[in-house]
Amino acid sequence: MKKFIFIVLFLFANIQVQAQEVKNKNAKYATSIKGNCDMCQKRIQKAALTVSGVKQAIWNIETKELSLIFNENKTSPLAVKTAIAKVGHDSDDVKATDEAYNKLHGCCKYER
Amino acid sequence: MKKSIIVLLVIFPILLFAQEKLDEVQIKKEKKALSKSLKSAANTTVVSSKELLKAACCNLAESFETNPSIDVNFSDAITGTKQIKMLGLTSPYILISEENIPIIRGASQVYGLSFTPGTWVESIQITKGSGSVVNGYESISGQINTELIKPKDDIPFFLNTYAGSDSRFEINTHFNKKINPNWATSLFVHGNTRVRKNDMNNDGFMDNPLAKQINLSNRWQYTNAKTGWVSFINFKLMKDEKQTGELRFDPKKDRNTTNAWGSEINTNRIDLSSKIGYVFKDMPFQSIGFQNAYSNHNQQSYFGTNKYDIRQESFYGNLIFNSIINNTSNKFSTGLNFTYDDYTEFVNLLDVSRKDNSVGTFFEYTYDNTDDFSIILGGRLDIHNRLGTFFTPRLHARYNLWKAAVVKFSAGRGKRLANIFAENQNYFASSRTFTFKGNLPTSTIFGKSGAEEIAWNYGLSLTQKFQLFAKNANFTIDFYRTNFEKQAVIDLMESAQRVVVFDLQGQSFANSLQVDFNLELKKHFDLRTAYKYFDVQTDFTTGRFQRPLQAKHRVFANLEYATHIVEKGRQWKFDFTYNWLGKQQLPNTANNPTADQLGDFAPSFSTINSQITRTFSSVFEMYVGGENMTNYQQQKAILGASNPFGPTFDTSIAYAPIFGQMYYFGLRYKVK
Repeated sequence: MKKFIFIVLFLFANIQVQAQEVKNKNAKYATSIKGNCDMCQKRIQKAALTVSGVKQAIWNIETKELSLIFNENKTSPLAVKTAIAKVGHDSDDVKATDEAYNKLHGCCKYER
Repeated sequence: MKKSIIVLLVIFPILLFAQEKLDEVQIKKEKKALSKSLKSAANTTVVSSKELLKAACCNLAESFETNPSIDVNFSDAITGTKQIKMLGLTSPYILISEENIPIIRGASQVYGLSFTPGTWVESIQITKGSGSVVNGYESISGQINTELIKPKDDIPFFLNTYAGSDSRFEINTHFNKKINPNWATSLFVHGNTRVRKNDMNNDGFMDNPLAKQINLSNRWQYTNAKTGWVSFINFKLMKDEKQTGELRFDPKKDRNTTNAWGSEINTNRIDLSSKIGYVFKDMPFQSIGFQNAYSNHNQQSYFGTNKYDIRQESFYGNLIFNSIINNTSNKFSTGLNFTYDDYTEFVNLLDVSRKDNSVGTFFEYTYDNTDDFSIILGGRLDIHNRLGTFFTPRLHARYNLWKAAVVKFSAGRGKRLANIFAENQNYFASSRTFTFKGNLPTSTIFGKSGAEEIAWNYGLSLTQKFQLFAKNANFTIDFYRTNFEKQAVIDLMESAQRVVVFDLQGQSFANSLQVDFNLELKKHFDLRTAYKYFDVQTDFTTGRFQRPLQAKHRVFANLEYATHIVEKGRQWKFDFTYNWLGKQQLPNTANNPTADQLGDFAPSFSTINSQITRTFSSVFEMYVGGENMTNYQQQKAILGASNPFGPTFDTSIAYAPIFGQMYYFGLRYKVK
């Protein structure tokens, strides 16, 4: 029991330490990603989360804005945009290939 | 006094909260009156306050009558108390919590649901199956969590009054004040009373008790979005008095005599709780919460010449930490629980007082592929003074087969200590005697060893949403099995004069199948239907029987219609609920004289409840309704009613409404 409490405390303490380096480990970034529907939402968020270092990815269907929380030591917004372009969604910096775009479901074919 | 100061000191400096859960609830609140998610791994139905307005609904027990996941039954023929069941198992097998603090436990098991007024409730989450490990190890057939109205979201003033043809009156007033951008407080005052003795079946006994209840709640909420701190401080005080029995019974003269049969049940309850939660800055997926609760439940009662007193003092603490592993596809919750229960319990002169305490730790991991699959793996390890050290594993999984279809699977273990007298106090109002048999040593009831119950629960469900004639429809089929490894069996199949309690020797299981079909006939016009099959069997001393007072087949239908809201918010709402219960196994009464026998099965019957609400404006509405409008009444509600101190007297066999049809009227007024 005692041991467990110790472990839990240690765990919290550890996270507290991480929390202090917010700039690096929990950087926030928001960018516009092209897309239409809830299917796009799933695809975009899934692609963003596959990038190691991305902790949270939420794409808003109405505003088309992707909000990220990521670890700057591990990844960059550009890497995330590249991953998203790979599954067919354009952003300001990275465009999807025609091949990837054409693979999208009918309802996801946003205007290019 | 000194003790309560210590209690206050313990509770308030350390305060909790599972912020994520709160958010979940608030999002769902905007949706339908009843909603099931295709996204969550647990089979959870969210009941919004909108749904609660549909029943005569004066308290939590009555609020489930329009919900097919929960069956509302009658606990006996004299106290007017309603009892709930999930998957064919009674409320002790359900973990019932209020804002994630277990509240209906031990002493409050029988009457506790009537101690939460319906108007206080913001939403209810009903989870079928063993559920999450976060709130404890006790849940076996399901979890019910009630969220009360949050001071921050409350309106400045609310008034509700109610009058029923059974001469029951209620008043609810809510006051709310936002003190500053961070602090808000609510004061809820509830009172109810039944002033007249009703005897619709002319057996000389009241069908429901004379009653008085005063219930106060004062809540303080602190929120600070900038710093991420959230806190709640809650105070509740409740006083409930019931008097029932023969019409001619006068408690002043006839108490403790055999002049006339009567019963009084007086309960006082104090609840103090606090929560404090912190959401980490820049890390909205990470939070820590701490919740604490103290309650003092004191019931003093007698049933004829049986005296029963129980006092339970409880502490509960829960520390919870939520975060992620790598990303939000991998979440976890971990933490510690602590419970302490001090029971002072007397059955006549028999002292069964005892102390229970436990400390436990849990870890729950959730994987969600953000698309069509998620799984929740949970486990907890508890050390309990009477149950020993044990591990409780639970699993929930969800897979979306195709668009709008979801399969859910759950499996889990639950373990608890049966509070034999508290949970079965309805048998005190009979000539039955408790007899302990088998390996259950007499020390069980003295609390030295436990009347331990262990069960595994497995469930599988399939939901498909679809369009039928261009209307929204959904179909759910679910099957659950609960298998008892250990159980304190309450055996009514041996004799009509005894309650035999023994530890399970053979098998005891509950299979439940539920098929739901819901259709939106047109906008604001919804149909809900359900068929339920229960196969609940136990090996009693005289052989295997269906658990008494459980219908094998049940049919439920609810029709809800609302007109479009016209100028100034004027609207009509109509609601209609139909329930059919198949025949029910009855306790064995074959050894009684013929006049006091009930046969093996109760006949099937149906009831209809209906309600009409007229909204005059967005702040004022009136409603009128009827319950049991087919006027079905149980024949021979009380056995041996003519000789209540004789050997066949029994008020515990209630399989149908005792009181006939009941009509009610009420109004709601709000200041926004």
